[in-house]
Amino acid sequence: MVELAGIKLNNPVLVASGTFGYGKEYADFFDLNKLGGIITKSVTLMAKEGNPPPRIVETPSGMINSIGLQNEGLEAFLKTALPFLAKLEIPAIVNIAGDTVDEYAELAKQLSKEKTVKGIEVNISCPNVKKGGMAFGIDPATTKEVIGAVRKATTLPVIAKLSPNVTDITLTAKAAESSGANAISLINTVVAMAIDIETRRSRIGRKTGGLSGPAIRPIAVRMVHEASRAVKIPIIGIGGIVTGSDAIEFFLAGASAVEVGTANFVDTAAPLRILAEINAYLAKHEISDYDELIGAFKE
Amino acid sequence: MATQEQCQVLDQTQVGPRYFKLTLKSLYISTNAEPGQFVNVRVDSGTEPLLRRPISLHKINREDQTFELLYEVLGQGTELLSKVIIGSKLDVLGPLGSGFKFDPEKKIAILVGGGMGVAPLLPLAQQLKTLGGRAVYALAGARDKSCLLCETDFAELANEKVVATDDGSHGRRGYVSDLLLDLLNNTVEARHYPQTTIYACGPKGMLKAVAEIALQRQIDCQVSLEEKMACGVGACLGCAVMTTGGYKTVCKDGPVFNAREISW
Ligand SMILES: Cc1cc2nc3c(=O)[nH]c(=O)nc-3n(C[C@H](O)[C@H](O)[C@H](O)COP(=O)(O)OP(=O)(O)OC[C@H]3O[C@@H](n4cnc5c(N)ncnc54)[C@H](O)[C@@H]3O)c2cc1C
Ligand SMILES: Cc1cc2nc3c(=O)[nH]c(=O)nc-3n(C[C@H](O)[C@H](O)[C@H](O)COP(=O)(O)O)c2cc1C
Ligand code: FES
Repeated sequence: MVELAGIKLNNPVLVASGTFGYGKEYADFFDLNKLGGIITKSVTLMAKEGNPPPRIVETPSGMINSIGLQNEGLEAFLKTALPFLAKLEIPAIVNIAGDTVDEYAELAKQLSKEKTVKGIEVNISCPNVKKGGMAFGIDPATTKEVIGAVRKATTLPVIAKLSPNVTDITLTAKAAESSGANAISLINTVVAMAIDIETRRSRIGRKTGGLSGPAIRPIAVRMVHEASRAVKIPIIGIGGIVTGSDAIEFFLAGASAVEVGTANFVDTAAPLRILAEINAYLAKHEISDYDELIGAFKE
Repeated sequence: MATQEQCQVLDQTQVGPRYFKLTLKSLYISTNAEPGQFVNVRVDSGTEPLLRRPISLHKINREDQTFELLYEVLGQGTELLSKVIIGSKLDVLGPLGSGFKFDPEKKIAILVGGGMGVAPLLPLAQQLKTLGGRAVYALAGARDKSCLLCETDFAELANEKVVATDDGSHGRRGYVSDLLLDLLNNTVEARHYPQTTIYACGPKGMLKAVAEIALQRQIDCQVSLEEKMACGVGACLGCAVMTTGGYKTVCKDGPVFNAREISW
């Protein structure tokens, strides 16, 4: 049993927002109750249509996506997705996104009424929407505004999901901590672009998108390390985690838990395999608990 | 329901300049797959390329618990796939998506395949034959003679088979949509249009032309679409296609759609 920002988890391996739908999509492949927890696709107050295709392009050891937070909105989420999550024994953490500070607060308020929701991850780092999203998360002042408003609207654990598209991650990390976040998760995707040299056009419909996968892992490890030195609240490491070794790298850098994202597309069993590989590493090194690894990086 | 399985490679044969046929063993996939569905294949165990490659089910052999893929080598992923050796294992996710639909009222089926698009039409032809009671016309088009696939297979399964090549090196010269127009003008009578379904798979331009022909005549038309994919299971929303009901996923809502639904 692991406790993260007041949320009880079976283990420290969760699945990242937007890469696991609302859970149901992967129920065919393994027992979801073996996960540490599920972080849902971002939910917005009103339905969002999403961005024009092509929405994804593969790049070296990674992919760029521009989904544009497509989802059916809070009401539909409560009706269709939440009942499925309610049947699981693992915590459901709902990821929220808004165009305005008020929208974030309203989402947090509404979701707090639901027993099934065990925590809220605040996406202030989506690079694929015109308004809101990353615009909030690259500035410490707006980070404070959003996280502060969410904090006021809910008693649930609040996880601030930070953007890597900043020069100094410690500033937004501290802003999230000081405005009441119980944990921070990082990183969201890295703004990126790929050009088709025959058509001279972007290979993504909306020109730029967010890079994910193993290609961004070293950036993520560095940022987790920097953030962990700047704040006291726990950090959830995200970015290109494909194996147990990758997850351990994040623990050593200072993460208390990890989220598996793009790897789910490649191997539906990725989170469970990663967990088994973490345990094998612990056994091999005769470490009794993974928390001995957290921040154990030697300077 | 789908599974992720290490499937044994039973056969890999080159069937054209850049075309290969791969036979894989899987009780689950062969038992559960429907024509028009696909599998998402991991072509490399590392991260280069990272994503799986979607390939249509080309033959579904329930008796011997195997299925076949017919594919064209286009880039790194399919190149790696073509190097997979007999006896090894391949990581396959499937069967995925929503396949072709059958309406017992429709007594005429016209299959229209362009290039690689013939791949999913073969199990469809097989199914239509098994269901029986239908006239099945198979129309196939390709760039040239060497690119024309499955001609003899279709000849066996369909009541009538016509082929065209862009350069006239085999069959008629022209596009497969010309063959369709011909068939509708000369063979299938207009009074039979309400009992007809057109099933089409191929390049987007061809599908658009076929959809137009069908919609003008109010003929039921199902098209199998392609889009870049990541998860293949409806989780990432990366494979969106615009429809009259908003964006839908090609991997889960499709790949087969009613032509009327698509915002061409
Ligand atoms: C549902 C579905 C079913 C499919 N079924 C089949 C099948 O049965 N047989 C088969 O051969 N292919 C099929 N495809 C297409 C196949 O997935 C791609 O050809 C393959 O992913 C290319 O991978 P690659 O790494 O070899 O090429 P990449 O490196 O990804 O691309 C190489 C080059 O080919 C071009 N290209 C990539 N994909 C396509 C495409 N779909 N059409 C035209 N050009 C393309 C790229 O733009 C690039 O120039 C299907 C696709 C979908 C979505
Ligand atoms: C297709 C796709 C969709 C995503 N959608 C969301 C989202 O809706 N909300 C969010 O906070 N992050 C989203 N992300 C970001 C991931 O949760 C994660 O932070 C990022 O992909 C880095 O992790 P990875 O390299 O393991 O994928 C998405 C990522 C991908 C690839
Ligand atoms: S490929 Fe992920 S939703 Fe279709």
